[in-house]
Amino acid sequence: MIKFKEYIKPKTIEDAYNLLTTKNAEIIGGGAFLRLSNRKIDVAIDLIDANLNFINEINDSVEIGSMVTISEFEENPVLSKLYNGFLKNVSETVLSFQMRNIITVGGTLYPKYGFSDLITALLVLPTEVYLYKSGKFSVEDFLKTRLEHKDILAKIVIKKENLKTSFQYIRNSEYDFSILNVAVSKGNEVKIAVGGRPAVAQLAYKTMQFLHGKDLNEEIIKEAAKMVSEEIPFADDIKASKEYRKKVCEALVKRALLEVM
Amino acid sequence: MKINVTINNEKKELEIAPDDILLDVLRRYGYHSVRRGCDTGMCGICTVLLDGKPVPSCSIFAARVDGHEITTVEGLPEAKELAKILAEEGADQCGFCSPGLIVNTVYLKKLKIKKIEEVKIKLIGNLCRCTGYVGQHRAIEKFLGVEK
Repeated sequence: MIKFKEYIKPKTIEDAYNLLTTKNAEIIGGGAFLRLSNRKIDVAIDLIDANLNFINEINDSVEIGSMVTISEFEENPVLSKLYNGFLKNVSETVLSFQMRNIITVGGTLYPKYGFSDLITALLVLPTEVYLYKSGKFSVEDFLKTRLEHKDILAKIVIKKENLKTSFQYIRNSEYDFSILNVAVSKGNEVKIAVGGRPAVAQLAYKTMQFLHGKDLNEEIIKEAAKMVSEEIPFADDIKASKEYRKKVCEALVKRALLEVM
Repeated sequence: MKINVTINNEKKELEIAPDDILLDVLRRYGYHSVRRGCDTGMCGICTVLLDGKPVPSCSIFAARVDGHEITTVEGLPEAKELAKILAEEGADQCGFCSPGLIVNTVYLKKLKIKKIEEVKIKLIGNLCRCTGYVGQHRAIEKFLGVEK
């Protein structure tokens, strides 16, 4: 059971940061599954009233506050059209609509959840993550960086480019977590991300380098799909074995590359 | 701690613990249409509107809604019309899941959603263990005026 001594809703990110760094406090994000954990926290910090639920279209970018819920990718007119509805399609299959109305962008990204579909999708887009104190990171650097101190995810910025995209997943049932997911984008370069490994999603750098300068055809796609399954580290968990994930990965990467060919 | 919340257009001051769950608080204060199902946010039975959007009340801390608006099925005038159609179409058996389903479906009506694919995407998290969904689909399509 989760226990809090205090629950505070700061009005600004500055106030939230001061609380976070001076007390045994934690940001609760969307709080979607927090109640299922067995922990004691002195101060739960809820950012719901900290003005972090903004969506701004600025020139060729869209900035998304960390408290924006992932249902906004379905409902917001700007986000739902981004990359021809790519992020809309990804978010629409995440759990239930009610859960998507409480799961936040920051609450998904900051803890670097391995089961996240959104992180895998954002990895193949030009996405930047802005932390209140540590500043700006590309999403791939953010996922690889171990922060030395507590911080708060303020916003992400997605740049609009002309990319073809594909998202593939395998699940036990339609609104379960993905056992494995794959996102691919193709502009001048091809980007391939694999998530639900079950560790957090990562890019397949070796295969992306292999595809550099090549035109995609069925033979190259077959080779690339096999390369990804050998390059990406997988592990066992309650949902699937390492070997199963490796086989599924090859099939999903192949499907995704064929879609963007 | 005390929170001030508007429930079904009525201003309320509620006494809660910092780690209380909204579902527990609502039931404690007599909103018994908000029912406990899976308690993990996955079944849709405890759905209420938070600032107009459907959320699982079993997965929200009550302290979060301080200064915000909650609507249960009792606060939705359109609920009676849908309940009547659900009964006419034989979509209710035990009726335990109906309040959550009605809250979510009324939200879809407000959005003027009429495409069946979109309806399914939004209602996938409203589970019913009795009916097999066929009667519910008929009723919901009628209520929303789903395009054939």
